Amino acid sequence: MNFGKQLKEGLITNNPVLVQVLGMCSTMAITTSIMNGLGMGVSVLIILTASNVVISAIRKIVPDKIRIAMFIVVIAGFVTCVDLLLQAFVPAIAESLGVFIPLIVVNCIILGRAESFSYKNGIAASFVDGICQGIGYTLVLLAMCFIRELLGAGTLAGFRIIPEQFPIGVLTLPVGGFLVLGCLIAAMQWALSRNKK
Amino acid sequence: MTDYKNLKLIATSNPHIRGSETTRSIMLDVIIAMLPALAFAIFNFGLRALTLTAVSVVGCIFWEWLYRKLMKKPQSIGDLSCVVTGMLLAFVCPVQMPYWMILIGDFFAIIVVKQLFGGIGKNFLNPALAGRAVLLASYAGTMTSWVDPAAGKAPIIGSMADVVTTATPLAVMKTGDFAALTGTYNVGNMFIGQIPGSLGEVSALALLIGGAYLIWRKVINWQTPVSYIATVAVLTFLFPKQGSGVEWMLYSVFGGGLFLGAFFMATDYATSPVTKKGQLIFGIGCGLFTVLIRYFGSYNEGVCYSIMVMNLLVALIDKYTKPTRFGVVKSDKKEAAAK
Repeated sequence: MNFGKQLKEGLITNNPVLVQVLGMCSTMAITTSIMNGLGMGVSVLIILTASNVVISAIRKIVPDKIRIAMFIVVIAGFVTCVDLLLQAFVPAIAESLGVFIPLIVVNCIILGRAESFSYKNGIAASFVDGICQGIGYTLVLLAMCFIRELLGAGTLAGFRIIPEQFPIGVLTLPVGGFLVLGCLIAAMQWALSRNKK
Repeated sequence: MTDYKNLKLIATSNPHIRGSETTRSIMLDVIIAMLPALAFAIFNFGLRALTLTAVSVVGCIFWEWLYRKLMKKPQSIGDLSCVVTGMLLAFVCPVQMPYWMILIGDFFAIIVVKQLFGGIGKNFLNPALAGRAVLLASYAGTMTSWVDPAAGKAPIIGSMADVVTTATPLAVMKTGDFAALTGTYNVGNMFIGQIPGSLGEVSALALLIGGAYLIWRKVINWQTPVSYIATVAVLTFLFPKQGSGVEWMLYSVFGGGLFLGAFFMATDYATSPVTKKGQLIFGIGCGLFTVLIRYFGSYNEGVCYSIMVMNLLVALIDKYTKPTRFGVVKSDKKEAAAK
């Protein structure tokens, strides 16, 4: 097991959002404020790590044919836990994330890691993979939130940075989400291709 | 990138005749055609119309230069297409908008819509309209208040607090009293352009002169603008919401950005169909969407969005209006379709 290599994969070379292009739905929808992004990122991080560990632990007793159903059951269990915890302790974030917390069940990143990593690797490696991929996802969310909230609403985590009449409101709309994500993916691909040379 | 300018590649057999037409000469024609509308805008709204247009043009040139420089691509500002975009964007904005705002519009028009997709000829939307759509979505308040030209001019710099704003004829036609509108502005006012509205869209007469020049110079075909305006005219004549059909039709056609859109926006080479048949369909589609948005949408004016929607359909229109190759007979065509 190589923690450094897995971290590098999760953050850069195999970043779940910018390289694997998974989990687009939540990435577009909730990245309008830093607090939303942080809440979503940490939720996914926790669920991803927990489900990775459990799936890795039961991988030898789950028949191949029903493995997807098993993955979903495990993921849905953890999502429910996180959903209830959010509602109990940080109701404001739970409210603003709304339906996107339950929708983590079908987030491609979690199912994708279950299928491509934890179903084939040991518990410790799956645990590290969950954390690394989760951090990679969270960082991209925060980058998008930073750009969209700062330029689109003129605030950062609710504090006004740019006076009210200047911000480019279109960035907080869905079209801004596509635009910012496209630019980030392009920048990532550019950096990766430069690195290869 | 291939240097097409110096590429001496001839794929057909001789003789070869070379025209003197270049992108630059075409764009220069378009700029000349826009001058009457600009002149009228200065007359109608004051010198700020000129300064706003100038700022927009300089902004477009700057963004294009900056992007090509940063991306280490050959400079393309010499083809003047960014000047046209800058002028068109200023033409579809209200005259009292702040200068920094139009620079943001320029950024979206040139960098996001034009350069990110590969530069001139590769944009999928009309850059100026996309810039306006972004501004409208971001600064709805500024982008929908219109200076009343009869009540004084907007100052070139300084506060806009003293500027009197009013509803455009289309806004009145949407929600207000049509009879009062016909009392304020007669059909002559509407045609010449002594009405509130976007900077370059008000004068149907000046735009008509420019459009006629473009058709005479063979820069654009008559198909798109004529089918576009005719569709709007027929639909508004048949289904007037208030008043008589003819009156309602004239106010619908001369009010708003229909002439500007039909002659200068919908005819953009990169975002309109190649064949004349396709251009007819394109124009009719634009007209249909314009009237639908004006009648049933939440906006007063549908020209901008209708052209953008049709821009997205150009690939489809081109696919179905592909001309038959020389020598293909009907039965062959049917066979090909059956396959």
